[in-house]
Amino acid sequence: MLRRKSSKTPKEPLQGRQKSQSDLSAWLKRGRIDPEKSVQDHQSLGDQENDSKQEDSLEPALSYFAKVQDHVSVKSNSALQRHLATVESIALQRGLPPEAFNVLLSAALSDKLADTVNARLLKSLIPDSVIPETSVVSAVSWLCVSKCSSNIQVLFLRWLITVFDLIDHKEDLCALYGFFFYYLQDEKMCPYICHVLYLLTRKENVKPFRVRRLLDLQAKMGMRPHLQALLSLYKLFCPELVSITLPAKTKIYFKNIEGPWKAAIKTIRQRKLENSPVPQPLFLGTARPEARKRKWNTQLMIPATSTNRSHLEEVREKNHYLYSTDEYFPVELLQTFPQLLQNIHHLEFPSQMGSVLTNPLLLHYMNCTKDESVYLRLYYWLGQTLQEECTWCVVENSQNEEEFKNFLEILCRVQCFLHEGLAPCEEFLYRSLPLWDGLCCRSQVLRLVSWIPLNSFSEMKSYLYDPLALLFFTSSLYFKCSVLESLKRLLQNWLNWQMVHLDSAADFQTHSLNTTFSGLVNTVAELIHFVGMISTASLCLESNHTFLLYFILEFYETVCDMYLKYNMPLLIMPPAGVFYPVLLSMDPVNLNQLCYIMYRYRANLVAAKENERSKKEIQQFRFTSETYQEYNQYITAMVGCLWTSNVFQKDTHPQGLRMDDELLNKTTVKEFKTSFNIVYHPAMIGYAVQFLQQAWPDDTTFNFSLIKGKKWNWYLEYLYSKGLEGLKVFIESSISRVSQASRNKA
Amino acid sequence: NLNSQTTAFLLCKRWALYSVTPLYKFSRAHLKAYAKLLSAYIATEKQKGVAVEVGVELDIKVAVSSLPDLKGSHQDEAAILVQISLRSQASQKMSEEKLVWSGWFCSVCGDDLSKNVPADFICLPVFLANGAESYTSIVGSWFQKTFDCCFHRLAISPLNLSWMAAMWTGCKVEENTSAIELVFSVPHLPQSLDISYAIHPEDAKALWDTVQKTPGEITQEEVDVFMDCLYSHFHRHFKIHLSATKLVKVSTAIASAHCDGIIKFLQSQYITEVLMLLTELAISQIQ
Repeated sequence: MLRRKSSKTPKEPLQGRQKSQSDLSAWLKRGRIDPEKSVQDHQSLGDQENDSKQEDSLEPALSYFAKVQDHVSVKSNSALQRHLATVESIALQRGLPPEAFNVLLSAALSDKLADTVNARLLKSLIPDSVIPETSVVSAVSWLCVSKCSSNIQVLFLRWLITVFDLIDHKEDLCALYGFFFYYLQDEKMCPYICHVLYLLTRKENVKPFRVRRLLDLQAKMGMRPHLQALLSLYKLFCPELVSITLPAKTKIYFKNIEGPWKAAIKTIRQRKLENSPVPQPLFLGTARPEARKRKWNTQLMIPATSTNRSHLEEVREKNHYLYSTDEYFPVELLQTFPQLLQNIHHLEFPSQMGSVLTNPLLLHYMNCTKDESVYLRLYYWLGQTLQEECTWCVVENSQNEEEFKNFLEILCRVQCFLHEGLAPCEEFLYRSLPLWDGLCCRSQVLRLVSWIPLNSFSEMKSYLYDPLALLFFTSSLYFKCSVLESLKRLLQNWLNWQMVHLDSAADFQTHSLNTTFSGLVNTVAELIHFVGMISTASLCLESNHTFLLYFILEFYETVCDMYLKYNMPLLIMPPAGVFYPVLLSMDPVNLNQLCYIMYRYRANLVAAKENERSKKEIQQFRFTSETYQEYNQYITAMVGCLWTSNVFQKDTHPQGLRMDDELLNKTTVKEFKTSFNIVYHPAMIGYAVQFLQQAWPDDTTFNFSLIKGKKWNWYLEYLYSKGLEGLKVFIESSISRVSQASRNKA
Repeated sequence: NLNSQTTAFLLCKRWALYSVTPLYKFSRAHLKAYAKLLSAYIATEKQKGVAVEVGVELDIKVAVSSLPDLKGSHQDEAAILVQISLRSQASQKMSEEKLVWSGWFCSVCGDDLSKNVPADFICLPVFLANGAESYTSIVGSWFQKTFDCCFHRLAISPLNLSWMAAMWTGCKVEENTSAIELVFSVPHLPQSLDISYAIHPEDAKALWDTVQKTPGEITQEEVDVFMDCLYSHFHRHFKIHLSATKLVKVSTAIASAHCDGIIKFLQSQYITEVLMLLTELAISQIQ
């Protein structure tokens, strides 16, 4: 019967490869191996020539082994030696094709050849792509006939474990579970059988009688790592049947089977897939810090992902009527994104929601769910952990700063990954910011700040802005810049959030949020006013430091574009305390940035005005005339300063540059009128000097008054070529150039 | 309203206090199954690496039961009691069992928490444990893993201890009662120095009666006045300002409480009152 089966199988086509592999190993290899592609595609020319010679000789070798008679002697059998050598060299060169396995396995496991030949055959079973399941099944049936020696049996099992991932499908092999299980009693094979079972076990294989058998073995043999591993897998599937806690020290439960195959398979695989991209696994930084010995539960530990047991109980009870046993996919086995997609309908959240923090796949899954209790479970745990572990709130905790820092770091990454703040983090900030020294975990805390969710929370001032302002004013320049950076991100996150959520809310016609849109707009406005306030004050404190100006302008770069970029019916001009220091700053980068920002303000205001005229806008959210007025005042000052040299007369802003000639004369500056135009401005004079040097290389008097008329235009072009794009768009949009107009006419 | 067997069990033991966030998918229908799983879990934790079949007789026996009387309002969940006993190996036929550890979850007037929580959760915010901490940690981890909850030690602040001192001083106790004892610890000393301040219960009651304005109602101000009176009395005799020290322990005829989160119930009729206060403290730690 066996013989008939084995002679038939090689002709069977390989059907439905990888149709229903649900085990982890198969998933891992998918994407790395493409069985459809032939070997030759990827081989170098030289190899190909070499191979084609040998290819011809594999066929005779196979037919030889298919027909080989019982008890052939090895010595003085040149045919056997030759064919064996052929198989070995082809296997090592480029692997054996799928159809070779049935013949060679049958030959090696039947008792026809000497053990040394059997071993050599088994050792050369290196697949070029996949191994047909049928050949493995028939090999197992040979194993059951117990014809081969125990050494060959073990060698076969070691081979099976090594190539397990390369078997094309595994249903029939799984059906042989009981046969494998039977071999556990063989002491020599036991470790390898455990490993095979570990690879094969599915939930339906875990039965009380098997559990008892394994426990008997445990009682007989003591703690053996391979038994422990199998038992812990049993526990994973059926915690209601068996319980085991693995000792923390042991890491390897199955000996790494080196064998002759691994390296050869790897070489062949690499040769085949040199150019194909390998999908990168998702990582959020799951590296867990070494657990230190502390009192129970006073240790910051993110729980490991494990199946929810309390449900298993129920499932088992319902089982008799409705469900099949393998209804749930254990979260421990979830490793790849395709796995998530395949199992999303029967995936369950882990028993401890805290574990999702280090598991990006579960975060994806959580993002898809609307179940309130999922979030609640996470929030309870997170809230408690943040409260208990905060190193500056809990006195005894001060030595664990590094641990807490890592934890906050994970939270930052999670929020970034979800594009959403988590409520317990917000509460944690409100509770702990008043006690914060501004040093401990600074970067993490400031990043958490930028993920505070947008809501019309009226206490924001006392919970966030007041403590933050206190720290801001009493800390270093760099801290100030970091705070501004963090608030800029906060603003951007809010704007992004409201854009996404208003779109989806519009579909439902009602706000699921218990807050009105105008409330949200007010919250955004409050943040911008707060930043305006601290910016003004900090510029005084830090005497208009360039670095600080830069971060302030970064913030306003977002503010000036809110209407067009984020659909936010709100525009707020920077306070005079920010605008004038930048306008008169010594630094061209900041002045250029101001020009760009003013240009964007103009674009936003013009668009708003147009929309207002066409009545597209809801009247409620019209910009006030003050905004336009303020913009106009600033633009007058800027043009008067940089271009027309009349800022001292024309500036109408109460905090502006308007000054009497009498007063200006007292400064004894001769050309005070032009002293802030694009030539004389302290931020620009460097460019003017360079321009003069290039235009009049012989003139060393630096006669700036030469820059006028046509030269003025050249100078502008020169400035633009130096990368002052902001200045360019500002001049082109806000200054009507007579000379240019006349030139265009001509 | 508590049956005497329950109260006898609870009285005169030192209970370590924990706050517990709501238990997810805890079902009273499965108490027996929980006991089996938990005993197997404890066995495997005690001897790591050895697998144990769930449901077989083990040296360790766990019982999980309900204490239906132990609750305050109708919304409260009945308390859950977990007990661990060891079977002595010598006399297995006698099946002699020795209780080595017990712990219970309870909620007395915990409506503040339970009203906001979906039906999948059960709120039993106070957990009290008596026995070796190794068992507490195993049981606690099992509950954390199985019902996705968090345990944290429930420390009692000096402020709350002074509330307890005042409240319990005012309670009527029929038997002749022991002294009220307050223990203070002096901070920032190279060696620890504790000051014990014992007051005759009738004197303390008399003082409290002069302080409390409306019976059945206590304000923070009244508690402060009561404590200040005790402090100034102490200062007159010993020239020590107790207000500069930290109150660490309060013992009265009703109960005794330590700031580390340890409580001892001494009067059965006041157990629910004490638990009500502890529930309140636990909820404020959770929220």
